[in-house]
Amino acid sequence: MTEKKSDLKTYAKNTWCPGCGNFAILNSVRKIFSEMDTEKLVMVSGIGCHGKIVDYVDVSSFYTIHGRVPATATGIKLANPELTVVGFAGDGDAYGEGLLHLMFAAKRNVDITVIIHNNRVYGLTTGQFTPTSPEGFKGKSTPRGSVERPFNPLLLMLDAGATFVARSYSNRMKNLRMVIEKGINHRGFSFVEILQPCYTYFNTYDYYNERVYEIDEISGREDAEKKIREWDYSSDSRIPIGIFYREERDTFEEKMLDNLIPAKRKRKVISGKLLEKIV
Amino acid sequence: MMKVVRGFYSVAYSVKQCKPDVICAYPITPQTEIVERLADMYANGELGNCEYITAESEFGAASILVGASATGARSFTATSSQGLILMSEVLLSAAGMRLPIVLVNANRSLSAPLSIWNDQQDSIFMRDACIMQLYIENNQEVHDVMPIAFKVAENRRVMLPFMVCMDGYKLTHAYEPVDLLDEQMVDKFLPPYDAPVKLSVDKPLTFGCYAPPPYYTEFRVAMQNAIMGAGDIMLKEFKKWYKITGRDWGGHVVAENPDAEVAVITMGSLTGLVRDVVSEMQKEGKNVGVVKLRTFRPFPVEDIKKALKNANKIIVFERAVSFGHEGPVAIEIKSANYESGADVYSFAVGLGGRDIPRDLIREIIDKVIEGKVEPGFQFEGVKPFEEVIP
Repeated sequence: MTEKKSDLKTYAKNTWCPGCGNFAILNSVRKIFSEMDTEKLVMVSGIGCHGKIVDYVDVSSFYTIHGRVPATATGIKLANPELTVVGFAGDGDAYGEGLLHLMFAAKRNVDITVIIHNNRVYGLTTGQFTPTSPEGFKGKSTPRGSVERPFNPLLLMLDAGATFVARSYSNRMKNLRMVIEKGINHRGFSFVEILQPCYTYFNTYDYYNERVYEIDEISGREDAEKKIREWDYSSDSRIPIGIFYREERDTFEEKMLDNLIPAKRKRKVISGKLLEKIV
Repeated sequence: MMKVVRGFYSVAYSVKQCKPDVICAYPITPQTEIVERLADMYANGELGNCEYITAESEFGAASILVGASATGARSFTATSSQGLILMSEVLLSAAGMRLPIVLVNANRSLSAPLSIWNDQQDSIFMRDACIMQLYIENNQEVHDVMPIAFKVAENRRVMLPFMVCMDGYKLTHAYEPVDLLDEQMVDKFLPPYDAPVKLSVDKPLTFGCYAPPPYYTEFRVAMQNAIMGAGDIMLKEFKKWYKITGRDWGGHVVAENPDAEVAVITMGSLTGLVRDVVSEMQKEGKNVGVVKLRTFRPFPVEDIKKALKNANKIIVFERAVSFGHEGPVAIEIKSANYESGADVYSFAVGLGGRDIPRDLIREIIDKVIEGKVEPGFQFEGVKPFEEVIP
């Protein structure tokens, strides 16, 4: 195996806009991963600005097609449950194109983590409305203002069966790192939504800075639901961040595989040198 | 009215003049700005009673249009690459349901590896879908073709989706002078869509119902008859368009030098460059000519035969690959022209947006003329690399 630099930086040039909320997520993830066994880590990303995160962290990774992060991550985890699988997806990615995959991964309680970079706008295609854009959002595809209400993904995840439901904000570094770390360490499906302003197409820094507040971890589903409902992605209410819900439940792969590791039945390892040659 | 506009606007403005009832799309590069321009027009109240819907995915967008079209609405979408492929399940169904949805595909390569750049693999993949496919050389052509696409798709003898294929970036993002269509002129050419069969309380019916073995085949025969017959209907509309506008884009195939012994076949925006190289070679006394293939489905067998009747060497510039076989256009050419015995040389160039230099075109044509290359399929402009078998 090739030796990894402790900061997990890569040679890829970062092409996010200055001020992008993705930088905070990247830095948190690098710090968390650098304290983990990176040989057993897999990052899975979708399509969108967020997707480039896998280019910037020196661990094994998988670019999926649009929206398919939770499904691909499920496959990886099932084939080799010894791996820690962390998915990264955008709001257009996981809430639009691939919402059903997100819901079924939660329903199955696969032991993976899905981190949503939610900027509430399609950034890479330069500024269209998404499933969590506020009602009346004037984007390039909705110049008259969107007539749809956003849905609340945390509520959806709670109902679908996610056993870890959390939200953070890219401009609250301590909370961000805490939430991601606990999400990754949770046994079962972890859903972590990061409110991540798109500085270029939907600058929400002031909006969040005024409204975001941290909560203590909640016990009980009813209270979690109440807290999650406090902000509906459209209104001007305060926005709670932190861990809303946590539950211990058997995971999909534990029930399915009974300690069998399919990938170990016949396993070929592609060495770093060989990989370099291929690339 | 002549204006310098980008490809996006050229499509959007023409679609506006066609007075669609429902537009539904999902953003994907390099198509996005086509529907954004339509969104602007919608917001400005320029689209009349048209509904403009932003969907949750291309799959959703195509499904919404299937519903809209089934109620008798003139329906439009634009997409590209993975978006088209995601739509494919729905679009194949739309063809079977005989819904005349019109779409523009901004040609872009397919994953994996991920690429946002231009080739024609996406629309070629849809070859067998019973969807008409027309390839565009420039932004005036795409502007002129949109009303024809609606008219042919909605013809009662056709009733099938129509896909206009324009090269992503090379056309979509390019500024070109375009003579923008006059509303009354388009109104006269393209009457409002009067669906012969539609969802209505007056006469309830079912779309997409189950056809067991005793019935299924006949539906497919009817589809084949419709798309094969669409060829002549297209030609008539092309001619009518020429009479109205004075712009002649030709038929399905344009043989620019029908006497040439070496014919060079291209589709889409590459034609301009090839024409330039070929005319330079003609000045040097070389007997070479350009054949511009516009209609890919239905495949214009007779027109191709006519265009190639004097050719003993046929060069095809492919921008897609039928993996496991060869160049997809060459496959069609060989099948259409098999009696002639001409040699077919098929070259895949410009995959994933790789530049197609003028010199490369020249070099390829030269080596075919000089007999330095065997007939068959090959990739051109490939860097030397070592394939590693893990």
